[in-house]
Amino acid sequence: MNEPIVEPILAVEPEHAFETRAPLIPGDSVAGRALVVVIAIMTFLACLTAGAALLVAEASQAWRSDVLREATIQVKAQAGDDVENLVSRAVAIVAKAPNVESAHALTQAESEKLLEPWLGAGLDLSQLPIPRLIVVRLRSQGSEDLSTLRSTLATAVPQADLDDHRVWASRLGTMANAVVTLAAALFVLMIVAMGTAIAFATRGAVAANREIVEVLHLVGASNAFIAREFQAHFRRLGFRGALIGGLAAIASFAIASLLSFWWAHSPGGEEIAAMFGSFALRPFGYIALVAVCAAVTLLTGLLSREIVMRHLQKLQ
Amino acid sequence: MLRFENVGLRYGMGPEVLGDLNFSVEPQSFQFLTGPSGAGKTTLMRLMLLSLRPTRGTIRVFGQDSAALTKDGLTTLRRRIGAVFQDFRLLDHLTTYENVALPLRAMGQEESGYRAEVVELLRWVGLGDRMNASPPVLSGGEKQRAAIARALIVRPELLLADEPTGNVDPGLARRLLRLFVELHRLGTAVVIATHDLQLMDQFGFARRLVVGDRKLTIFDGLPP
Repeated sequence: MNEPIVEPILAVEPEHAFETRAPLIPGDSVAGRALVVVIAIMTFLACLTAGAALLVAEASQAWRSDVLREATIQVKAQAGDDVENLVSRAVAIVAKAPNVESAHALTQAESEKLLEPWLGAGLDLSQLPIPRLIVVRLRSQGSEDLSTLRSTLATAVPQADLDDHRVWASRLGTMANAVVTLAAALFVLMIVAMGTAIAFATRGAVAANREIVEVLHLVGASNAFIAREFQAHFRRLGFRGALIGGLAAIASFAIASLLSFWWAHSPGGEEIAAMFGSFALRPFGYIALVAVCAAVTLLTGLLSREIVMRHLQKLQ
Repeated sequence: MLRFENVGLRYGMGPEVLGDLNFSVEPQSFQFLTGPSGAGKTTLMRLMLLSLRPTRGTIRVFGQDSAALTKDGLTTLRRRIGAVFQDFRLLDHLTTYENVALPLRAMGQEESGYRAEVVELLRWVGLGDRMNASPPVLSGGEKQRAAIARALIVRPELLLADEPTGNVDPGLARRLLRLFVELHRLGTAVVIATHDLQLMDQFGFARRLVVGDRKLTIFDGLPP
């Protein structure tokens, strides 16, 4: 009002600061707090699933890379064979092959050490027909050259058998892919469950704030304006829930990482690390968790906006 | 500006609560809507504000048939109408300032653009020292003035006020009425629902729309 129509009813001149743009949808309610808890739990579980899937995918990649860059030759000596001679010949042939970085024949002692976990220590294994092993390190994963090498070996040292670990690597890969697919399915289910919870909460909030919606309509607010207000409200709730759940998940992975570091330096730690990886998320993993939290916040806001818009269209 | 043609309203399958309403509110006119309690004044005000749809007849607002309005069209029309509700309908979680600024905020205006205007209007209606108070701590009269300020902030072409002086003392009631009269002189069409005969008698020039017995009778000036 630029020009007063009538004189002020009361002459009061306060100049103190006052609130100007509070949210139109009240933020603090039992339903709102419950939704924050639900979103926090779902975000935590979604982050755990995503992080676990990343760990498995990473570990599987490392396993496959290691396994496929290695081949093993078993030399099964028959009665009367000179084992050392056979092993030396096989190593000499393998060392000349292309794509082979190194070939190392395990000594009798090294072979016996490999069997210790199953047969126990202190046994004399010299009388057992234990094959001698040659560990072949390849320059790159898999190669057609191995078939040439296999046939060359079969001709020159028939007692030598080359295993390129492809079957084992394939099984590992299938298992890892299954775990990652399962994790992805769980992740999607959690997001769907969270979306459903948000949808119910939004409908509840619209019903609980029916009076506010009606007043907003009567003062000339458009549906888009009202939906934006609800979106902002739910985005705030989503952010709080995602922050709590995300921080809890990040803290869990950080603790797991510290524990795995501790295990790695304990007896038997190497085996656990070899089998399950280090449990340590790389920086990319933590970035992915933050991205999950951001996505949850956005999803909460956008989903609630869509639901409110539909509801308002029916209402009018 | 506002025209009712054979308008009737019933709730569900019940009898008509209002029937055969034929009247118009002309630009820059001033009228009281009166009648006994329960006669349907508030219902008629809601029909005029387009928050109820008639079960028959046509309501034309600013030349447009309300039945043919789109949602956006309805929103645009409502921005040209100021409304003061009997129960105030202030939002309890907002301050008085925010409540009065609500229509401007709903139009998407920046707070910096309307702040001075809202403050001035609040001082004007005597709520300059209550800007930061929320409705639950306001007295009935203060709520009434806040509701009136909210209706006026958009400088409406049509002002609909349902018992706007019902919660204030007679002196303040007269001053608020004078405020509506001044608005009317500046070009706003005013419809005030009241059952206060003494108050209406002070403004003898105003047309009277009397609701009773499910129909409407119109008197230009004091009824016989």
